[in-house]
Amino acid sequence: MATVLPSVDEVWAWLGEVPDPEIPVVSVTDLGIVREVRWDGDTLVVAVTPTYSGCPATGVIDLMIETHLRGKGIADLRLERRLSPPWTTDWVTEAARDKLRAYGIAPPVDGTASDGMTASRAARLSGRSNLVIACPRCGSSDTERVSQFGSTPCKASYRCRACLEPFDYFKCH
Amino acid sequence: MPSLPDAAMPDAAALAQRAAAEQAHDPHLADVALKPAFFDWLCRMGDNSLILGHRISEWCGHGPALEEDIAQANTALDLIGQTQMWLGLAAEVEDAGRSADDLAYLRDAMKFRNLKLLELPNGDLAVTLMRQFLFDAFHFELLTALCRSSSPRVAEIAAKALKEVSYHLERSSDLVVRLGDGTEESHARMQAALDKVWPYTGEMFAADGVDEAVAKAGIAPELSELLPLWQRTVAQVLSEATLSQPDRDFAAQKGGKQGRHTEHLGYILAEMQFLQRAYPGASW
Repeated sequence: MATVLPSVDEVWAWLGEVPDPEIPVVSVTDLGIVREVRWDGDTLVVAVTPTYSGCPATGVIDLMIETHLRGKGIADLRLERRLSPPWTTDWVTEAARDKLRAYGIAPPVDGTASDGMTASRAARLSGRSNLVIACPRCGSSDTERVSQFGSTPCKASYRCRACLEPFDYFKCH
Repeated sequence: MPSLPDAAMPDAAALAQRAAAEQAHDPHLADVALKPAFFDWLCRMGDNSLILGHRISEWCGHGPALEEDIAQANTALDLIGQTQMWLGLAAEVEDAGRSADDLAYLRDAMKFRNLKLLELPNGDLAVTLMRQFLFDAFHFELLTALCRSSSPRVAEIAAKALKEVSYHLERSSDLVVRLGDGTEESHARMQAALDKVWPYTGEMFAADGVDEAVAKAGIAPELSELLPLWQRTVAQVLSEATLSQPDRDFAAQKGGKQGRHTEHLGYILAEMQFLQRAYPGASW
């Protein structure tokens, strides 16, 4: 019996319904971690790249993708882990940035990933970070970094000097 | 490192094998003559990140401030994630039916290839941070060079890890400056920490036959090329931190890369490997 396989575009749309387990307002496609969808014969292949190599959500994301696609009737499925090119926050979509902001997380400022010594020295010499991270709550740009690390590997901790609220920054990577 | 998908997908091993078949073609994986050195070198990379990652995870719940506690735990997480990639590739190269988990949990101390520096007890925060900085500065240069490796599999792991290690170096160099150039107490403790760990740093650059074989194959850089880069970073940061570089042999303590460890590694393994040793094959 011949069955019609769903189109790749349809699968992409389904994947857009799979939320990130840590930040459920954005989907796995919003984050840019789904790198490829293709049919290998009757097997659906979905290539996923990890955000951070030790991110504990990686396994959960694979499981959620599998569960969702199985629920759509995909019987033959293979998930691939793809390392190269490495994930970058530049792949986070524009729509996702608005969703992050509305959720209380400042979205990444592209092109500002840490480059080790240079960034650190520049930040120290200027007395504070040279990045302007706007507060996602009140919009003020008078904010300060509390720590380069936060509640998950992908976030840094900031504080707003205007409204005094602490907030997460989805750091550039 | 039993990960969640292992529990959720019983055919994880089969999936991993099929995924491996999809990887970029790497001629080094089929080079029989190179295999022992390549495997050993990959174990060095993986064991360095595993042992340091495990060590600093010991700070979880004990950090002097919440932000610092979280930073230590995040750094540990990055390093253990990198371990999965390095030991995963080591297992593939070895091709003897062992997994990254087997290599991490079922090898004895003499089979571990990490630098002795990384197995030293955490000591006070000064020792932990100084060790972290001296290793981060090396790790950063090593990974930068490995991004140009002749092995595409090594290069892609390095490119991934480098992004994370850049943040590690930024944090540790910042803290060394702040505490070195801080109060009289913090300065004294950072200087004592530097004097203590300094003799262990030379092992990073002490090349042996394994290092020479992977360098000759274009997989890894000559360690001697990294030394001046490391020295420059270290000199800059220590100077800014008002700390004095010890006038001692920086390579007095060696042997970890060849499996000759301090007594401390055994205690780490006793804790880290307990579950798999007591309940072989346990998963969760």
